[in-house]
Amino acid sequence: MITGAEAIVRCLENEGVEYIFGYPGATVCPLYDKLTKSSIKHILVRHEQHAGHEASGYARIKKRPGVCMTTSGPGATNLITALATAYMDSVPLVAFTGQVSSELLGRDVFQEADITGAAEPFTKYSYLVKNAADLPRIIKEAFHIASTGRPGPVLIDIPVNVQTDKLDFYQPEAVDLRGYKPTIKGHAGQIKRVLRAINNAQRPVICVGGGIFAAEGQKELQQFCESINIPVVSTMMGIGAIPTAHPLYMGMLGMHGKSIANRAIIDSDLLIIIGARVSDRAVLLPANVSKNTKIVHIDIDPAEIGKNLDTFIPVVGDAKEILRQVMEEEPEKKSVEWTDALKAAREMLTLDYEPRKAGINPKAFVHLLSRTLPDDHIYCADVGQNQIWSAGNCEVRTGRFLTSGGMGTMGYSIPAAIGAKLAAPDRAVVAVCGDGSFQMQMMELATICQNNVDVKIVVMKNNKLGLVKEIQRKSYKNNESAVDLTGSPDIVAIAAAYGIPGRRIDSMDAAEEAIAQMLGNKGVYLLECVVDENEPSM
Amino acid sequence: MKHTISVLVENKAGVLARISGLFARRGFNIDSLAVGTTEDKNISRITLLVDGDDYIAEQVTKQLNKQIDVIKVRKLDQEEITRRELVLVKVKMSADQRGEIIDIVKIMQGEIVDISHTTLTVEMSDKPEKIDLLIDLLSPYNIVEVARTGTIALQKGAAIV
Repeated sequence: MITGAEAIVRCLENEGVEYIFGYPGATVCPLYDKLTKSSIKHILVRHEQHAGHEASGYARIKKRPGVCMTTSGPGATNLITALATAYMDSVPLVAFTGQVSSELLGRDVFQEADITGAAEPFTKYSYLVKNAADLPRIIKEAFHIASTGRPGPVLIDIPVNVQTDKLDFYQPEAVDLRGYKPTIKGHAGQIKRVLRAINNAQRPVICVGGGIFAAEGQKELQQFCESINIPVVSTMMGIGAIPTAHPLYMGMLGMHGKSIANRAIIDSDLLIIIGARVSDRAVLLPANVSKNTKIVHIDIDPAEIGKNLDTFIPVVGDAKEILRQVMEEEPEKKSVEWTDALKAAREMLTLDYEPRKAGINPKAFVHLLSRTLPDDHIYCADVGQNQIWSAGNCEVRTGRFLTSGGMGTMGYSIPAAIGAKLAAPDRAVVAVCGDGSFQMQMMELATICQNNVDVKIVVMKNNKLGLVKEIQRKSYKNNESAVDLTGSPDIVAIAAAYGIPGRRIDSMDAAEEAIAQMLGNKGVYLLECVVDENEPSM
Repeated sequence: MKHTISVLVENKAGVLARISGLFARRGFNIDSLAVGTTEDKNISRITLLVDGDDYIAEQVTKQLNKQIDVIKVRKLDQEEITRRELVLVKVKMSADQRGEIIDIVKIMQGEIVDISHTTLTVEMSDKPEKIDLLIDLLSPYNIVEVARTGTIALQKGAAIV
């Protein structure tokens, strides 16, 4: 017989877990006690929310569930934002929370919170474990549910007594959930319909979302669009699905997207949506789009198809698998007229990379930064103006662009970068945030130092909550309300207080040399870029 | 438009909370919801009456299917199902009204299940429209309490969900 805590550790080892991002507390003490005897490394975060984000950054790069762990009550509720962030962006997580002893459940005792109830809208599934003997099955199921179908976070809430109860360890070989059988292969009839739609289309466009990464289908997507000559636009979550400099890539669509990408969608007669939710930020006027455009929607989650946009041909399944199936049918190569016109229009776009009178040009800066970084670099963008500057100007080649797309969670970039770096120690990882979002995550500098995580941090400092300021300028007669960040610390000095080297630049003249210095530094580095407060996001 | 949806779910803790939470969150209007066990003790059947257009009915079906604990979801064709509700109606009456009420209950094929000097309790199991009619017929009297289950339904003939 072993204890529940020992069983949990054994299960995590069986799942090949390398890292747990967490923060201990009374109700997870049995588990933390056993963790010290395991090969699994624990990364102590400085706030539970970041445990979830770090697990998210790890999961997105490692392509397997990230694991985080917190105590009951506030530890668990602090995790909710990270669960919601992962849920919206379909990131596989397995989150463990401690819970008060099962005989005390429901009595509002110290640090009791109904976390399975509270997190229900933000988790793919959750468990409140009643018997230690169920732990091996539940953990196996949790990893299966988190990582298959449309990935997402799974929460396991474990009362402290269940962690100390004894069990005969038995783990079933396979998972059997009769209510959960994700569809992988596309329906043959629907594939034929897709083929006909492509062959009949004059102006087809592919709109790709984050689902392509979950399916690991980037290579297939590129083959597909190249072999039949179809232009590609992406959602924010889909940035980097094909290299951003690819001749067929027209940029990100939507409210903050490229005009040419939106133009391509409006002018198209066939829109092939792959692994995207078609949210309000991506497609401003779904009604306008669907009027003249036939829509093929490929998604592993049938509930996404037809939710926001009327669909002409729904195809449920794995994006990679379906792209292969369609290619096997050998669709006709499309005429170059349509793609050439778009390519020409793309060439005409003038990029605003001129130096500014005061401060740096953030668009030019992130462009330069991403071009200087190695091809396979991981670029973590935060939320706010910095996200729009990054999304529109960062060059992704063979690497990844990570950001909180659906939830728009400020304070995502640094913890995501930590997780990403631990998942891929040999790749360059950069976090780009604003001075607002930096102050939501700066406690993680300690996590970075404690674990020697080599991430590069860029803070765009304009002393404002810039994106909100822009909304107030456009829609509230420039009445700036609560967007002034006066009182913020000297960010470079904050870094220095952690022993992190850094510098501040306020002119593009210094940008190239400063980037080289940052990337040349072995270990973490912080670069503060002074940006004019009236610098627009677009 | 009313849709009857039959849902087979795992019979375990938290399932109903998940499903009712889903409806609240996504703004689906549920007219009634009835839950009970089935021939298999590990499976419960939820019968839902949903008010909305075809888009809503499709969304409800898809979101239900997405739940891990949901085994099967079937939107039932109104014409091809047997539907039942159960109602208990307590009516306060004077002695001279008793006969009239008993007549109504007889005609409606309900049953008097409890009687006191001042009240009668009527039970009836039938289609929801018939239940509505019974309540309407009893409304001129003093209805003091009504307890009504949600609609349950099964397909006619050999068809099963």
